[in-house]
Amino acid sequence: MEYTFIIVLLPFLSFLFLGLAGKKLAPRVAGYVGTAVLAISAALSYLAAWQYFTTAKVGGVFKPWSMDFRWLNFTKDLHIDLGMLIDPIAVMMLVVITTVSLMVHLYSIGYMHGERGFQRYYAFLSLFTFSMLGLVVATNIFQMYIFWELVGVSSYLLIGFYYTKPEAVAASKKAFIVTRFADLGFLVGILLLSFYTGTFSFERLTSGDASLFNEAGGVTFMGCSVIGWALALIFIGGAGKSAMFPLHVWLPDAMEGPTPVSALIHAATMVVAGVYLVARLFPVYYLEAPDVLVLIAIVGAVTSLYAAVVACVQTDIKRVLAFSTISQIGFMMVGLGVSGLEGHEGLGYMASMFHLFTHAMFKALLFLGAGAIIHAVHSNEMGHMGGLRKYLPVTRFTFLIACLAIAGIPPFSGFFSKDEILAATFHFSPLLGAVMSFTAGLTAFYMFRLYYRIFWNKETRHDHAPHEAPRSMTIPLVFLAFVTLVAGPIPFGKFVTSDRAEYLIHLDWTVAGASVAIALVAIALATLLYRKESAIPDRLATSFKGLYTAAYKRFYLDELYLFVTKKIIFNGISRPIAWFDRHVVDGTMNGFATLSQRVSCAIRGFQSGQVQQYVMVILLGTLFITVLVLFI
Amino acid sequence: MEKLHLEYYLVVSIIMFFAGIYGFITRRNLLAILISIELILNSVDINFALFNRFLFPGQLEGFFFTLFAIGVSACETAVAIAIIINIYRNIRNIQVKNLEQLKD
Amino acid sequence: MNFLSLFVLIPVLMMGGLFLAKNLKQIRLVATAGASLLLALAVGLVVAYLGERAAGNHEEMLFAAKCLWYAPLNIYYAVGVDGISVAMLLLSAIIVFTGVFASWKMEFLEKEFFLWFCLLATGVFGFFISLDLFTMFMYYEIALIPMYLLIGVWGSGRKEYSAMKLTLMLMAGSALLLLGILGIYFLSGESSMNLLELAKAHIPTQAQYWIFPLVFVGFGVLGALFPFHTWSPDGHASAPTAVSMLHAGVLMKLGGYGCFRVAIYLMPEAANHLAWIFIILTGISVIYGAYSAIVQTDLKYINAYSSVSHCGLVLFAILMLNQTAMNGAILQMLSHGLMTALFFALIGMIYGRTHTRDIRELGGLMKIMPFLGVCYVIAGLASLGLPGLSGFVAEMTVFVGAFQHTDTFHRVFTILACTSIVITAVYILRVVGKILYGPVTDKHYLALTDANWYERTSTVVLILAIAGIGLAPLWLSDMINGSLLPIIQHVKL
Repeated sequence: MEYTFIIVLLPFLSFLFLGLAGKKLAPRVAGYVGTAVLAISAALSYLAAWQYFTTAKVGGVFKPWSMDFRWLNFTKDLHIDLGMLIDPIAVMMLVVITTVSLMVHLYSIGYMHGERGFQRYYAFLSLFTFSMLGLVVATNIFQMYIFWELVGVSSYLLIGFYYTKPEAVAASKKAFIVTRFADLGFLVGILLLSFYTGTFSFERLTSGDASLFNEAGGVTFMGCSVIGWALALIFIGGAGKSAMFPLHVWLPDAMEGPTPVSALIHAATMVVAGVYLVARLFPVYYLEAPDVLVLIAIVGAVTSLYAAVVACVQTDIKRVLAFSTISQIGFMMVGLGVSGLEGHEGLGYMASMFHLFTHAMFKALLFLGAGAIIHAVHSNEMGHMGGLRKYLPVTRFTFLIACLAIAGIPPFSGFFSKDEILAATFHFSPLLGAVMSFTAGLTAFYMFRLYYRIFWNKETRHDHAPHEAPRSMTIPLVFLAFVTLVAGPIPFGKFVTSDRAEYLIHLDWTVAGASVAIALVAIALATLLYRKESAIPDRLATSFKGLYTAAYKRFYLDELYLFVTKKIIFNGISRPIAWFDRHVVDGTMNGFATLSQRVSCAIRGFQSGQVQQYVMVILLGTLFITVLVLFI
Repeated sequence: MEKLHLEYYLVVSIIMFFAGIYGFITRRNLLAILISIELILNSVDINFALFNRFLFPGQLEGFFFTLFAIGVSACETAVAIAIIINIYRNIRNIQVKNLEQLKD
Repeated sequence: MNFLSLFVLIPVLMMGGLFLAKNLKQIRLVATAGASLLLALAVGLVVAYLGERAAGNHEEMLFAAKCLWYAPLNIYYAVGVDGISVAMLLLSAIIVFTGVFASWKMEFLEKEFFLWFCLLATGVFGFFISLDLFTMFMYYEIALIPMYLLIGVWGSGRKEYSAMKLTLMLMAGSALLLLGILGIYFLSGESSMNLLELAKAHIPTQAQYWIFPLVFVGFGVLGALFPFHTWSPDGHASAPTAVSMLHAGVLMKLGGYGCFRVAIYLMPEAANHLAWIFIILTGISVIYGAYSAIVQTDLKYINAYSSVSHCGLVLFAILMLNQTAMNGAILQMLSHGLMTALFFALIGMIYGRTHTRDIRELGGLMKIMPFLGVCYVIAGLASLGLPGLSGFVAEMTVFVGAFQHTDTFHRVFTILACTSIVITAVYILRVVGKILYGPVTDKHYLALTDANWYERTSTVVLILAIAGIGLAPLWLSDMINGSLLPIIQHVKL
């Protein structure tokens, strides 16, 4: 399996090459180089997946394979290694990332054609792919943190790709700082965890060896075990990257980046890093801190519901998709949160990973489709679209497939994965299950609202007729639509499960039937409201004005963040500190200087240069001494 | 003629000396200061001559020194007056308090 | 003659060469040749050092030599290096080298500028190779004095005020230091100034309690210890580019190195007992510098405050008194030295073109000077601790080391220090967003050119060093670790 190393390394080399020599290359060549390199990586990933899933099973359990080398020493026990850990989830992620990335690379040749900085764009894409691949094959939590940060930076660079646009710059800054804040939690969590367990290695942490955690056994902080705290903090890191409520604020803004970037980073790969992190450490969570898992489930559910509600009223198509992404990641988190570890209990875990896989495909498809639409009408606003079905046939059908998949209609892939998450949730708690089912209904509603408003509804007039995208853009659409169509019946439980043993999927038909029914009702409602131009949506918006405005403004969370950063941190802390530094600390130092100047002025008064004064002093001094000598 | 006591002479020279000192400290006019300095010098000259006369009658060092001092003071006065004249040419004034340009 | 002395000799010879130089071309030739020689020497030293260690030489100080200098006071000229000083020498050589290129185009008095620059370099190199407290102090002073002229004559803005402030504050620090050194000399019972001999002797614990703060604060002033850091913003803002580079890059490290070599090494008991006071102060430095940097508008002020924060972390880590954290401290010195030098070099280049350092007036420079823009972004990313660049390695080592203390006091301050990485991100991205991105704010900027060859040399060398440490830190960290052992054994009571 040593060749898997090349999968990760190739994009890095491509980044170096395009980054250093990019300017000398023709844009087209840069695009081809990037895409070709990714194609090799993807082919190798498929090879690795095939080889791993066919050969690595020993006694019914997949055995992980790993290799690493020492990168940095900290203490006797703690050291950072860089290496490759190949196990089922890593292999799955390799496949997902290289596939989506390859599609995005290919798509961008058409979409970004003629953009300034085309080579730079491909260099950044390669950097991102490299970091993401490095993240998923990490052998230890610190390697994950390293690539986690690299992923954050490449995301920053790509969101801010149009760097002359102030909104893009602000969005990239926001994305980086919010996730950085979450990473602080991650870092402290890592420090805590590694201090008590004496290791960073995933293999040791997840081996189920309880003696590792003995040292921390008695240590508690505010009523919770210290390992629980560490894991909760690590989850905060994951929540930041995966845009969990309330750290999700950066993701909708991140849509300022080029659309293929949104497809790659903010839909399919980077935002699931948090899910992947929890999945990676799942045995630790389950065995050492089950309370934190419940927390994860609750956070996931809240996020999912919140984002679905907000998505129903947004008018920027990319924002709708962004909130839909947040909502779907919430689903995955819930799946992990309600899961057990062994055998049949591990349904949630398996379902969550399956949903990660299918979601990556159909959400990338949705974003790329949105890109094709934006490419055609040069706008993100629903108001400028409508009636596009005649002009963009390929985009329309692929988009429809994705919408059906995310809405959970069989036999599209989303149905299978989402249904299993719902089943696991109902098994865990019926209340949570009901919330998630409702959210699933909302999902179907807003997705079809989006679909109808783009392709049906009232036709807007265009200066020139919108035209279908070029071949390089439609091929990825068709490919992803194909995957979305056929991925559903994959026996996923054979490959990726919580205990790495085989899990037999059998559909829970009551849950499945109910969720399909809900989805169909929601789609029918959307059809009623949005297929033809109708006044009902506006009337509804006016009658529920408060709720509508609040949801449209995303429940004012961005304003809250702005208040915290601008008013509290900037004006409330930094300015006073800077003032304090200039006036109090520096004032004291200058005060010393002024004081010594005053003193020296006073002393200088004696040295007036007036000889007469000197004589006077001499005289008085002589008299004084004489008196002293004579009378004392 | 009865020989006058040393004390009488000394009183004169002390009065001269302190008059000189007083003048030197209080006067603001350069010429007056110069005159005061002469007073001091001369009072000291008197003392030299006196002590030579009264204590070492056979010797002449005191007188010589007095003559020498008178000579030096003449030179000194010449230099001083030259400076004062120059100052006067420059600033039209010979009050000490105005002479602060070399300071700072 | 020991070859370490070449580090002092070459700058002195350079000064001689500069005296003889007749025109600008010759001046540049001498400066470049000397700086390259120094860099080659430093690289050679690293190789030789690693070779000796690999060959199994376990002396505490390698290449040591000494000769009597002033017999009545038992002062020796004693030199020798361990892994830490080797690392610092390499840093200094890189910065001197890049500093020469950064000051390629001086406006006036080039010869004098380079003369003082070489004198400064002499002091810095001498400090790092000295093993004798007296010569160490002497070189320290040699390094400080030229600063006054370099800022006062070639600086900008309120240069006289800044030069005066900087010199006076640092001199006040070295007065404390001198007291401390005299205390060590007389109270150790050795009547020796040699570091190694003093380390074997035991300074009475009572005496340590007053000497330690003197020495620590004395060096701490140069290491930007709160509240004695205020010379740094003004000083950096007024200094010419190369001087800012050398000052923030190397000179501030003299403080950290001194705290470590003299204060901690010679007075372990006091260090253990008084560390908490200074942990509070340095903890404040870390956070306070970062917050202050957020609202500054002058590029150099931002970096000066950022230096306060980063150098605070150096002292903070030293005070953790364990091997990992101290290793982190040394790495942080190197990393901060390189990236601040890069920052100041870039700011100098931007200022040289736009004639302003106010971030409110700058904007959209990435489009006009992409090379400098990219370098600035790299410097920024290094500063906020991006993996793959040196800052990350250093900060993580510090944090892991600091986390080895289990008591609440250390934990709280460690976590506080960790928060600085977020604040750093805020101010770095704010600057990058304002000056590089966005629309071009002034149409005069459109006519500006990108970096010249000498500017490229200077930045590329620094970036290579930063990325080199960031990508392959193991050899460096192991080299430092090996040399920390004797000190750690000493500090552990």
